[in-house]
Amino acid sequence: MDKMPAWADAVLVPLISLILAALLSALVIVAIGESPIEALKLMVEGALMRSTGWGYTLYYATNFIFTGLAVSVAFHAGLFNIGGEGQATLGGLGVALVCLYLPWPHWSLALIGASLGAAVFGALWALIPAYFQAKRGSHIVITTIMFNFIAAALLNYVLVNLLKPVGTMDPASALFPPATHLPTFQEMFSSPESPLFRGAPANISFFLALIACVVVWLLIWRTRLGYEIRALGHSESAARYAGISPVRIIIVTMLISGALSGLMAVNTTMGESERLLMNATEGAGFIGIAVALMGRNHPLGVLLAAILFGFLYQGGAELALWTNIPRELIVVIQALVILFTGALDNMVRIPLEKLFLAMRRGNT
Amino acid sequence: MTDQAPAIELRGISKAFGPVQANKDISIRVMPGTIHGIIGENGAGKSTLMSILYGFYKADAGEVFIAGKKTEIPDSQAAINAGIGMVFQHFKLVQNFTVLENVILGAEEGRLLRPSLSKARGALKKLAEEYELSVDPDALVQDLSVGHQQRVEILKALYRQADILILDEPTGVLTPAEADHLFRILDNLRAEGKTIILITHKLREIMEITDTVSVMRRGEMTATVKTAETSPEALAELMVGRKVLLRVDKAPARPGAKLLEIENLRLTDETGVQRLRGISLDLRAGEVLGIAGVAGNGQSELLEVLGGYGTATGIVRVNGVEIPLSGTGCTGQARRAAGIGHVPEDRHHDGLILPYTAWENACFGYHRDPAFQKGILMNNAAIREDAKGKMERFDVRPPNPNLAARNFSGGNQQKIVLAREIEHNPDILLIGQPTRGVDIGAIEFIHQQIIRLRNQGKAILLVSVELDEIFSLSDRIAVMFDGQIMGFRDAAQTDQRELGLMMAGITQDPGGDPLAAIDATLAAKEAREAAQHG
Repeated sequence: MDKMPAWADAVLVPLISLILAALLSALVIVAIGESPIEALKLMVEGALMRSTGWGYTLYYATNFIFTGLAVSVAFHAGLFNIGGEGQATLGGLGVALVCLYLPWPHWSLALIGASLGAAVFGALWALIPAYFQAKRGSHIVITTIMFNFIAAALLNYVLVNLLKPVGTMDPASALFPPATHLPTFQEMFSSPESPLFRGAPANISFFLALIACVVVWLLIWRTRLGYEIRALGHSESAARYAGISPVRIIIVTMLISGALSGLMAVNTTMGESERLLMNATEGAGFIGIAVALMGRNHPLGVLLAAILFGFLYQGGAELALWTNIPRELIVVIQALVILFTGALDNMVRIPLEKLFLAMRRGNT
Repeated sequence: MTDQAPAIELRGISKAFGPVQANKDISIRVMPGTIHGIIGENGAGKSTLMSILYGFYKADAGEVFIAGKKTEIPDSQAAINAGIGMVFQHFKLVQNFTVLENVILGAEEGRLLRPSLSKARGALKKLAEEYELSVDPDALVQDLSVGHQQRVEILKALYRQADILILDEPTGVLTPAEADHLFRILDNLRAEGKTIILITHKLREIMEITDTVSVMRRGEMTATVKTAETSPEALAELMVGRKVLLRVDKAPARPGAKLLEIENLRLTDETGVQRLRGISLDLRAGEVLGIAGVAGNGQSELLEVLGGYGTATGIVRVNGVEIPLSGTGCTGQARRAAGIGHVPEDRHHDGLILPYTAWENACFGYHRDPAFQKGILMNNAAIREDAKGKMERFDVRPPNPNLAARNFSGGNQQKIVLAREIEHNPDILLIGQPTRGVDIGAIEFIHQQIIRLRNQGKAILLVSVELDEIFSLSDRIAVMFDGQIMGFRDAAQTDQRELGLMMAGITQDPGGDPLAAIDATLAAKEAREAAQHG
């Protein structure tokens, strides 16, 4: 009865969309007088051919995995959480407080503590919109995006007035104590003979992100809570019929979603900058929406899409460094990828469905 | 008559939606001045065929002849120009326009409304006298009863000079008396030489009013016969492709203890309209209490309240124990624990999660059962195994638990819901519209299951808008109108006429033509709702 095989839906559709986006991007690069082949070469070399490039790609990917998972989990409950930015911002605050004010004997314990701090702060920031959605029917898209602005302002205030060390000009917290330093890929995988990931920010939180993928997969498809989340996402009246409380599921789902967004800060704030900065999220909360969209809200898809976007981020930085192609162009390319994989999904899907149908007719 | 050209002739119409062949090589001749029934189960392709005729879909192949002339119908305007009028199952009226404004909508002449309106007023008056189609031309459509809204639809078509009238399931929302009146209108239209195509799934209507009947099954026209020369049994067999039992065999009920007691149940919806206005009833073990009524008179709300997902005031006792009607103890989960199973009216929105697989659906609502858990995870293997058994015992086809619920036919979807609710062995089973959108073959099976359950000593509350179904299953019948129960009747000692009047809010037989009394009660109901709404 299905129109096309599942693998085609999961692999072929995004792949073709991606190729279309790449072709259009190539045209844009031609239009500004550069060679798209050269540009692609630079991006691939810069992001994927050297271990340092991978170190950056995976660092960005780590952020996108967390925010992508956050959007996915909420989406399964029919909630469109676009407040990843704000939740990650607050997650950063949680990480900073845990790292600055608690004495940690070892990074592994600090990692657990900071993860908890990030998750709790992110979750609480999502709780307020969740409560308004569940109890008052205030639309979560509106409230979460407004909470992004509030989060940015709050962080600004906290950094400037409370966390900034006396005598510094920089709106940033003090450096975290050395015991909270997370192992980077360089420290984990290099040996004196073969230096790897030199200077790259990728760190152990990438593995935390991988664990999050597995946990989210288990949560959504193997637990009762996931079953109820998906049921609510498909039909609220059916959920109520089955005795599932929409209020409870909305709140619990948003807590999980906010916690996942918040966890992103472990990578940026603890793993990379080792102090709390303004704008540490760098828009990753929004990229998470594209990642979830492209990854079809499945953890494996989110992982792959996050790596793709990590590649685009790092490759874009390389382009800006070595060519006259401005860094903004990479935003154009990202936008095209989002446009084709998200908004124009049916443009690829419908002809493909027809093709499969015709092939099936031909066979029978 | 035989030398006349047919009013409509379809030749070799085919239409596919993706892999689904909705219409396959359909040919049909409808003679002028006749009522031609098209009968078939849901999904047999009746609506698709009529949509092609009305210009909504373009046929992949085939030709349409109107009055002997080959006609292209690319859109509905072309259909109207060819003299075809359509009365849809779901009316296409502007609710806050008057009858007159609705009638001229799309048929205005010139930029000024007044000339069109006064012309339509005259035409409407004439039509009303000719065909017993009286409606107040200045009433707002939202204030009219459903039966009157339907008349407006018919008037719209006639005002556009339709010679051919297509009615899609016209009696679904009518009380029996209103349906009788509709049939009288159709009779008058036929006498005036109009051609009528009546699409329905009700055998009784076909036998009552049509001259010729065509049977559709799985996109094909399986037979066209003269109504006088066939029987309901023969038609049912043509629809399903095998012999079916139209009657349910059942022994007399042996009612036991009171399992469900309801006292003065009241519910006001969020817009302020009272939907339940003091319902009281008792339900005993081993009996089927049928709740008859036209859709929208509070039956759905009653089921929702009893099922635990609507809040109300009043007293409900299950096995003598009062259950909460609002607050935290009022959930579907609590009701199931109290021994109430519920087959909801709308399986697509409530009873099933359509994208879920059959096995995920087969535990829906019972998914907290400890047998389905494995530590913090769900025991999917056990659930799948359980679902497989249920599907086998309830003859769900195909018996594949991994298929998404949306890929099953209506009848098989209903069997999944029924299996889930019945196999959890409730004391009380609430069943809403058990056979809506269900094929005749499955209806037989579902009815047998309900009777089997009743014979096991379960209490069954059946809500159905199909009077035939109420009659064939119920031991006692309660009629709901406007949020109230108009009365209880012993199923063996009442008839369609009495129930039909009660369904329109009339408990005393007024004698003669009851339509005036019906109009009065329906108008009173609309007025009350409008007043509370405002």
